[in-house]
Amino acid sequence: MLERRSSALVRIAAPLKSLVQRFTYLGLVLSAFSLMFLGKFDSVPIDRLRVEVTEVMAPILEVFSRPAATVSMHIQNVQDLSNIRDDNNRLKQENIRLLQWQTVARKLQSDNTALRQLLSVVSDNSEKYITARVIAGSGSLLSNMLIVNAGNKNGVVKGQTVIGSRGVIGRIFEVSNSSSRVLLLTDINSRVPVLVERNRTRAIMTGKNTNLASLIHLPQGARILPSDRIVTSGHGGAFPSGLPIGVVVSKSDDGIDVQLFTDFSRLEYVRIVDFGLNNLLEINQNEYVSKRVVDDKFVGK
Amino acid sequence: MNIAIWQKLDNLARSFIPFGFSLILVVLSVLPTHIPGYMQIAPILALISVYHWAIFRPNLLPISAVFILGLLQDLLLGTPVGLYVLVFLTVYGVVLSQRRFFVGKSFIFFWFGFAAISMLASIESYFLGSIWNVILLDFNAATFQYLILLGIFPAVAWVFLRWQQAFLQQD
Repeated sequence: MLERRSSALVRIAAPLKSLVQRFTYLGLVLSAFSLMFLGKFDSVPIDRLRVEVTEVMAPILEVFSRPAATVSMHIQNVQDLSNIRDDNNRLKQENIRLLQWQTVARKLQSDNTALRQLLSVVSDNSEKYITARVIAGSGSLLSNMLIVNAGNKNGVVKGQTVIGSRGVIGRIFEVSNSSSRVLLLTDINSRVPVLVERNRTRAIMTGKNTNLASLIHLPQGARILPSDRIVTSGHGGAFPSGLPIGVVVSKSDDGIDVQLFTDFSRLEYVRIVDFGLNNLLEINQNEYVSKRVVDDKFVGK
Repeated sequence: MNIAIWQKLDNLARSFIPFGFSLILVVLSVLPTHIPGYMQIAPILALISVYHWAIFRPNLLPISAVFILGLLQDLLLGTPVGLYVLVFLTVYGVVLSQRRFFVGKSFIFFWFGFAAISMLASIESYFLGSIWNVILLDFNAATFQYLILLGIFPAVAWVFLRWQQAFLQQD
């Protein structure tokens, strides 16, 4: 009796189980699709989730990233040893050239100070630097970002400029308490107003999720040559003007490719700079001032 | 009594390890490696794990775990959330339906199977990413990413196989 009942149960249970499994699978696939849709049209909840998860994972990433950095340091040491003679020669020549530049720069600096005094220019030396370690270099075919180990509590704010060893690399676009995410200039969603340093041609630089960025929205008939330096233009107020970004490497049908000065793969530390421009992006001047007043009252200043 | 509890704990730990391995692979795939040019073509290592456990022990890596892995991969990589969830679910689903085909075959066959399925995964992520960004992504990078993943596969799969032989009872 019992046997017959259990065999009947098995006969029903097996197809039922596979049906349930199939529905679970379909349900999960559908929820993945809806997550993608949600992220495309209203990214706020998704961004919040990302911030939370990054916050939780940051200590783990930090622990894992240390051995990786150590190994790469040793490899780098060996490579450096083998190049020591070439490097020495190169540096000697570079030093001669730089010494000449130094005299020019000194002269220009004294001229500049004198002229500034004449014109009573108000200096804006309000920038603050925060140095942070790169704990995840999540550059991939689909997104180019970094996670660094400085966040809200260190004074990092969304929109701040991030500078690598030789120039701008991107900006902060998500901040959690102790870590933040940097949108690199090579990401497909990055748009930065730039200038060609030689002839002050304006353009917009965008990423392609490769190691090169490209220039778009150039004025008609703009003459751009390989090895032209690209700097930030400061339009729109997101970046201060004149920060070095990269150099034009090639010109093809699909655009002008720019190689950034900073090599992302070698990046271990970055500087996050607060130029005091960021808040202007989202709130206008008046609101900004009134907000500051409220904040100051709140902390009892 | 005491022994029974320890045994249960031991079994629990063993059954958690496939998911643990996969989590480590997700984290490894976002670490800065400091290798020039590697960043853009860093492979999605967790695909190996999803493929392997879907063939050998799908009960130890249930579909909900696959969903969580994909979600975590998306959140850490900064890819559109849901993209790698879909890719992982596809790989899991396809492998599970063809499971009998893979079991008991040689390692080379196992590797070829991965080549075919991860190609499907690469194409899927390439198209989903392109549609999301409304732009065609760099195809060369996608190809290199795929080739690197294929090259890394034997090393990771070997670790999984050894661990499985040592710690899991045969069916």
